[in-house]
Amino acid sequence: MGEGLDLFAAVSPEGAWTVTQVTRRARAVVEAGLAPLWVRGEISGFKAWQSGHWYFALRDRSAQIRCVMFQKDNRRLPAPPADGMQVFAFARPTVWEEKGEFRLTVVDLLSTEAGGLWQLAFEKAKRALAKDGLLDPARRRALPPYPRRIAVVTSPDGAALRDIIAVAARRWPVAELFVVPTRVQGEGAEDEICAALGLVCRLDGLDLAIIGRGGGSREDLWTFNHERVARAVAALPVPVISAVGHETDVTLCDLVADLRAATPSAAAEAATPDRNDVLLELDRLGSRLAGGLAARSGRVTERLDRTSDRLTGALERRLERHRHELAGLAGRLDALSPLKILERGYALARDAQGRVLKRVAQFPGGLRFRLRITDGEVAARAGES
Amino acid sequence: MARPPEPLSFAQQLDRLEAIVRQLEGQDLDLDAALKLFEEGVERLRDARERLLAAETQVKQVLADQAGRLKVEDFDA
Repeated sequence: MGEGLDLFAAVSPEGAWTVTQVTRRARAVVEAGLAPLWVRGEISGFKAWQSGHWYFALRDRSAQIRCVMFQKDNRRLPAPPADGMQVFAFARPTVWEEKGEFRLTVVDLLSTEAGGLWQLAFEKAKRALAKDGLLDPARRRALPPYPRRIAVVTSPDGAALRDIIAVAARRWPVAELFVVPTRVQGEGAEDEICAALGLVCRLDGLDLAIIGRGGGSREDLWTFNHERVARAVAALPVPVISAVGHETDVTLCDLVADLRAATPSAAAEAATPDRNDVLLELDRLGSRLAGGLAARSGRVTERLDRTSDRLTGALERRLERHRHELAGLAGRLDALSPLKILERGYALARDAQGRVLKRVAQFPGGLRFRLRITDGEVAARAGES
Repeated sequence: MARPPEPLSFAQQLDRLEAIVRQLEGQDLDLDAALKLFEEGVERLRDARERLLAAETQVKQVLADQAGRLKVEDFDA
């Protein structure tokens, strides 16, 4: 072997090759003669096997080649290609010995269609999410106005986390931040994010979650376009802000979140009230509180005043009545007074001891007594009879 | 002074304050009840202000240990 296919070595039955020998030799010849190369064509008969390997054919109008793309290579792609799709494949031509089949081992695949495989994968996942109602705007929850516990799902050493902590600490130091660290890009990052989101679901008393990362290339951000990641975000029990830093491309994670923020800082701003605003609001509540009480006690005082006025009035009327009664009584008393009788010309006789002398027998001859008349007293003596 | 019966979250505290103010501003409430509400309001306002002014952001890190138990520890930024 190695010196090329020696057709003359098998000109007679005695020198016959085994099938294995031929296919092995053919494979060696093909692999030596055709270095890895880019091939363009149309996908046909695509099938993904349980093992994760992809099998399909590349064809044009007049020929086709069987292709395999192993799982270790196709896992880097966002989605499998669809039949009929025009692609560029970077492949090693080879012979599959067990089937004696010429084929390409594809190691990379680019779609020539708009957006390529990435767009295809995105649209496919988006359709699946929409079908389950996860993109319905009515699903979006309002953010809590005064959050206490905020989970932050992001890379522990990225600028995104630093920004979020800085903004939250400045605006709303009341908050407790729960950092749930995860890789946000690279192979397997979507698994880590889903695991991190699983932890978020288990946090007690959580009010809000922020998931995000700083800007990056489209491929860097792709983790957030995985359907699994989007579903895990949608399944969070608290409102979520997605901040997958990119102005132009909206990720699936953004679409299922309750709010999309352009940057991690913007997410932290949206998540928190400003402490100074809240202090002002407290002041306003304070004055309304005082005003409320003042108005209330004002009304009570008014009522008290009215009541006291009525009480005083009643009392005065009563006093007046008493005054009248007293005056009447005084008049009657006056009329009965002995002095009044004396005024009419009567006189009152009294002895030296002041006893009133009412009978003749009380006036022995020569008795000195006193006569009380209206304007004074006179001394008198009883005559000898 | 009427003490808040149990610690409320800041949001609940503000909700309660709003309710107190609305009640005070509303009609028919005897002076005794109004005074009680006012005192509770003042207390809650003071408490809320203190919470805001004294607060310092806590940053924790959430991890799962081998057994899948949740582990929350201080985060060194």
